[in-house]
Amino acid sequence: MSRDTSYAAVMARKNEIMKASLGIDFDEFIQSPVAFDYEGMMRATGFSLEDLVRIQSETKVGNTPLYELRNLTAAVRKFAGPGKGATIYLKDEAANASGSFKARRASISAYQAAQKGYKGMIAATSGNYGAAVASQAAQRGLKCIIVQEVFDSRGVGQPEIIEKSRACEAYGAEVLKCTVGPELFYLLLLTLEETGFFNASLYTPFGIRGVETLGAEIARQTRERLGKDPDAVLITHAGGGNLTGTARGLLQAGCANTRIIGCSVDLEGLHMASDRDFNRKSFTTGHTGFGVPFATWPDRVDVPRNAARSLRYMDEYHLVTQGEVFYITELLTKLEGLERGPAGNTSLAAAVAVAREMDRDQVVVVQETEYTGAGKHHNSQLSFARQNGIDVRRGDPRENVPGKNIVIPERLEQVRGSAQDLEKLRLSYLKNAAKQLPAARWSENDLAFLAADVNKDAAWLRQRLPELSQ
Amino acid sequence: MNKIAKGTWVEIEQIVLTPEQRAPSLPEETRTTPYKMRVSGFLLADGELGQPARVRTIIGRELQGTLLTVNPSYSHSFGQTVLELLTIGTGEEA
Repeated sequence: MSRDTSYAAVMARKNEIMKASLGIDFDEFIQSPVAFDYEGMMRATGFSLEDLVRIQSETKVGNTPLYELRNLTAAVRKFAGPGKGATIYLKDEAANASGSFKARRASISAYQAAQKGYKGMIAATSGNYGAAVASQAAQRGLKCIIVQEVFDSRGVGQPEIIEKSRACEAYGAEVLKCTVGPELFYLLLLTLEETGFFNASLYTPFGIRGVETLGAEIARQTRERLGKDPDAVLITHAGGGNLTGTARGLLQAGCANTRIIGCSVDLEGLHMASDRDFNRKSFTTGHTGFGVPFATWPDRVDVPRNAARSLRYMDEYHLVTQGEVFYITELLTKLEGLERGPAGNTSLAAAVAVAREMDRDQVVVVQETEYTGAGKHHNSQLSFARQNGIDVRRGDPRENVPGKNIVIPERLEQVRGSAQDLEKLRLSYLKNAAKQLPAARWSENDLAFLAADVNKDAAWLRQRLPELSQ
Repeated sequence: MNKIAKGTWVEIEQIVLTPEQRAPSLPEETRTTPYKMRVSGFLLADGELGQPARVRTIIGRELQGTLLTVNPSYSHSFGQTVLELLTIGTGEEA
């Protein structure tokens, strides 16, 4: 009997496909339309932090270097006020197998898939995660399929994503290269159903727990080097997994007073499902097109409940422009002798803005880098942008308009980005929750869950109930 | 037409969803185009460019579509030199 493969029919089978492809029954944790047992779901993975470290060390993941960026710190201190200019450290996650922190996320899924007897694993991603899944699958003897959004309808591909297709194929994966649209998820479900492979979703507890080792390493390394905890950790934020996992690792290591700062590239005004806008953006991840919607409603993903819940852990949210990130990427190369990819440098750009306001004896840690190369390199990105009619020039980054221009700062001092109002994001999240279940019907358990999910207490939430009940 | 021999490494293209079959509420410029997918594999029988073909992918799955490219390869690069980047880090920041 052949199953109905129409869009509507496959989407309707979402839950059963997910259950079979993950081996997780989310129903065990779901408590109401808005609340679920988050910590219970994370614990059910069955791994201790030590287990995660051991599993990752088997497949060339983790224990990456933490570098002090002496020259960049000195450059910031030239214009920071008296006594200002925190020391900037950089966690070189490009040293992981496949060249990014995403190897941490893929490694636990690959281990789990092999343990449970799956023959292969599948992920839908246009980011570094594809290469990470392919690399980890190769090491665990699993087949791998990556479903990618690569082309617009003219068949023109974003050079960064084309490079990621190449990397996935280099690690032995079958790559399904798609045109623009949310139907990527449909194709993922269909392929999971056809193959019976493991769903290496970015948002499962396995994926997020894999990033906890990154936070724990930062805590250990800063304590060993400096005898103290980092004052702030800057984390590039898109789907929320990088921030959630790192923050959880820091907290488990006891860094209770470390500020968790999420950072995204500002792409306001570009539509993520637009065939036309697709090649008018120079960042394919780490931007507000993911960062804002995923923060304000994490459960919009390919699993019934998302293990990545950024507002639960975020203390501040900082946006930077594309031009600022490209500038910092070039500066990292020239001043620090490290050639790394631009997307991973999003939080480095924000670190310059944050460090200048902090005291000299304070320490900020930028928690990732990514590999670079043809297609991913910032020169490649800018050259492609120019070919697509984007005005690339030096100037004041405040003149930046996503999709129209890329204004590369003239001086480091101009790298300021903009701090975002986290309260607005919290309220937006709660309004989205109220769409699932009206606020008037939230139980005590719902209130406790929702307050924790926005990093606030129940008293704070109660004060906002009248506004949410309208 | 030139015959492409069985066993050749090729890329095929598949219409996954026609414009009418696509997801609801897409932007206009996306909704009017079909949702397409390309994949590489070894050709299972002699074929011709632009004609239906079946391939075996690198992990052994059999998929079908329209034969698009023979010996698909990558040519992405570092792009044309962007002059605006050259002087960054050579002046006051250093």
